[in-house]
This record gives sequence, C-alpha cells and structure tokens, in this order.
Amino acid sequence: MKQQHKMALSLVCFALAAGCASVPGSAELDQLTAAIVKSSFSDKGIVKASVLDTDEVIRACSAADVAGKPLDQEVAMKLQAAQFKTIKWPADGNYLGDWKAGEKLAQSGRGMTWTDKADTANGGNCYNCHQLDPKEISFGTIGPSLTGYGKTRGVIADPTSAASKAIIEYTWGKIWNAKAYNACSMMPRAVHKGIITEKQAKDLMALLLDPNSPVNK
Amino acid sequence: MKKMMCLLALAGLTASAAHAQKSAAVQAIEEYRAMLADGNPAELFEAKGEDLWKQKRGPKNASLQQCDLGQGPGVTKGAFVTLPRYFADTDKVQDLESRLLSCMENLQGFDAAEIAKTPFGKGEQNNVTALATWIAAESRDMTFNLPQVHAKEQIAYEVGKRLFFQRGGAHDFSCASCHGAENLRIRMQDLPNLTKNPGDGIGFAAWPAYRVSNGQMWGMQLRLNDCYRQQRFPYPGFASDATVALGVYLGVNSHGSKSIAPALKR
Repeated sequence: MKQQHKMALSLVCFALAAGCASVPGSAELDQLTAAIVKSSFSDKGIVKASVLDTDEVIRACSAADVAGKPLDQEVAMKLQAAQFKTIKWPADGNYLGDWKAGEKLAQSGRGMTWTDKADTANGGNCYNCHQLDPKEISFGTIGPSLTGYGKTRGVIADPTSAASKAIIEYTWGKIWNAKAYNACSMMPRAVHKGIITEKQAKDLMALLLDPNSPVNK
Repeated sequence: MKKMMCLLALAGLTASAAHAQKSAAVQAIEEYRAMLADGNPAELFEAKGEDLWKQKRGPKNASLQQCDLGQGPGVTKGAFVTLPRYFADTDKVQDLESRLLSCMENLQGFDAAEIAKTPFGKGEQNNVTALATWIAAESRDMTFNLPQVHAKEQIAYEVGKRLFFQRGGAHDFSCASCHGAENLRIRMQDLPNLTKNPGDGIGFAAWPAYRVSNGQMWGMQLRLNDCYRQQRFPYPGFASDATVALGVYLGVNSHGSKSIAPALKR
C-alpha cells in the first residue's frame, strides 16, 4: 500500500517534470535567485553577507548583464549623475601625491577578502587589470593600458591648460567612483566604497600624471 | 618542486624584452606542467577515493557502492559529465559533491550538514574531495552532457546565470568581471570566457584539479568558493543552492567539451 502510494506520487512528479511544471518568468527567477543568495551566503571574517545588498546602479547593471543588453541610455545617464555626486574634490586643489607610494599601492591586490584581517592594508588592484609602468610585465588586460597616461594626454607637456585640467579632474573622479562616468564599468569605486583613502587616490594620480612617474617615461 | 618554482622565478627575472620574457615564462610553466603530468599527484587522491567508495564506513558500516550518481546505483562511469542534475529522491538538483553528501548520509549514516560545515581540508571533507576526484576520473576524456529536461534543471541554469552576473561586494565584482569576455587576463593569468563553451579541459571541464602552487586537491566546490573569496563576496555554503546552480550554468555552457579532470593546475 505504502509502495503504491509512493509510486503514484512519483508519477505525479514525472508528469510535472514532463510538461505541467514550467520554468517561471524572469521576475520570479530574480526573486528565487535573491532567496537562494540569502540562504547560501554567510558572514565570514571581515566580509559580511550584507555586502550583497547592493545599490541601484549595481542592481541595474547586473540585470542588464543577465539580459545581455546594455542599459538604456537615459537610465545610464541618471545613474551616472547620482554616482557623480559622491565624488569629493580635493579641498586644497592639489591632485597629485607621491607616485612611488602610488606604484606600491597599484601593485597590491590585497584586502577585503574573508581571509584578510581588518587591518590588512588594502591594495589598489591596479596591475591586476591595467598595464602601467612598462617595465612591469605582469599586468592584466581587463582594463585598458594606462602606460604613458599623462604623456599621451598632453598633461605632462602642459599641466595647466584647460584640456589638462579636464583630464586631471576626470582621472580623479574615475578613481573615486568609476561608475560616475560609465554606469556599468567593471572598475571598482575605489574611494567611494572605502577601498582606498583620498590620500591614496592622490598617490595613484601621481603614478598616472607625474612627469617623473615610470608610467610617463 | 620548490626548486623548479625558484627556477621559474629566476627565468622571469633575467629575461630582458617584455615579450620574450612572457613567452619564456609561459613556456617554462608549460614544460613544468608537462613534466608533472607524467605523474599528476591527483592519482593519489583517485586511489584513495576508489578505496573510500568500496570501504564499509560510517555509523551504518556500509560502502557507497549503491550510491546513485544519476546513472543507476553504483554506476560511476560517465556519471561526472552529467552532473549537476536533478535527483528524484532528494527532489533537488545536485552536483557531484552534494550528491556524495546525500549518499554518505543515506547509505553510511553520516551527517551531511555536519560535513558541509566542516572546513575544506579537514576530516570528512578530505574524503569527499578524494571521492569526487575518483568519480571525475571515471569520466576522463568523456564530453559534458548535462540534462536540461526537468524543470528544476532549467530553473537552476537560469538562477546560475543570474548568480554569474551578480555584481556585489566591496569591489562590485561579478564572476563575469573576469570570465565574461575573450582574452582577459589578471596579471599573467589567462581567464577563460565561461559564458560559453571555453573548450576541452578548460574551466568547468578542468576540476577537480591538483594545485601545484599549494599542493592541494580541489573539487569544484572549493574552486567556486575561492573565486567568491577573491571576488570579495561573503562565504558560500558548501553544496549550497547557489554553488550548485552556478555549477549548472557553467556545466551546461560547457556542453560537448571534454573533461580532463582530475587536472593539474598552477
């Protein structure tokens, strides 16, 4: 009797599998995914599960990636404008720090994983994705090459021109919050998300724009 | 092994032109891999896994020889290349490692949740890794052919796809940040595009693998776990719905590619 009951049940299951049950729609799948994320990920070390409670721009870009379509232009502009507002400009008007400290920071990919300590110095992760000093052969290709950054953009030749000023400001903003210029940029929002400090951003600026930096040699 | 690593590092330091240096380093690594391939240490884990499969263990003092990996009780050949898949008895889509947990619980009386909570490289986790290594080896050179028939298998693929593109954490990274396009590299490390079939023995088709750099045997669960760690994500549970669904996405995308597992990795 029990066996028969089990058999009947599995037949129902089979019928469900074969045709009755279907894959739910996109919104339901999104909800299911969110529930699975909630039940699958947990706090570990310095990384809290709440880091997956992302903001509007990140949610929009994840959804666009799933759909395989870029964000609607108007939506993207709006999101970028909101991200742009997070950027703080140097109070003293001085954008360039120490390129040597910048190079050290660019080399490091450390920090903010669950095996890192709270006092681990976060790296800038730059070489993971970008070419910078041409003598460093171990560089990634996820981002564009930044070798010759200041030189090829004319900042080294004439640092005080209006064109150079625009490039310096863009570079600062891009390091602070890359999503201010391209909503779905792959680049982390380095200062905005607390990965590096404002002072460290200045050091990276120097690595890119100081005439003595190996990037511009 | 250490000596060879030093030689590699030296080769990297002494070559002059950037291009020549790269190809020399890549060549040295390839030679090193070829040398190790003659005796992949994964074979030790394979042998251990086969023993564990046949050994009577656990509170019920039973072997795993009646474990159904999707091809019928006890059938190990060809099972790996169809996983993850739906199992009626658990009413879940399961990958190799989560399925092994079910069998260890049901047949041998182990506590699956307890093993899932055990850190990698400790206690029964080591046995799950060895078992997975052997089961994978039983499908060596076979092509991936995950079923997408049951609604839950199709749903798992769709969820896995959403997980693959899920940006988050301090750095806003998703799996796709590194594995979403062709010809990407982090530092010197080539990154396969996992949104499509990356080719025989690449990506999904290369794990479990023995990692030369740390001398550890890694199953797919640990491979995904370490990706998430580097992604600055929180900790994904072992055999969790998220890691299994992600496995379905990667496995279905790898349809038709040849499994080289257990492989040898950097």
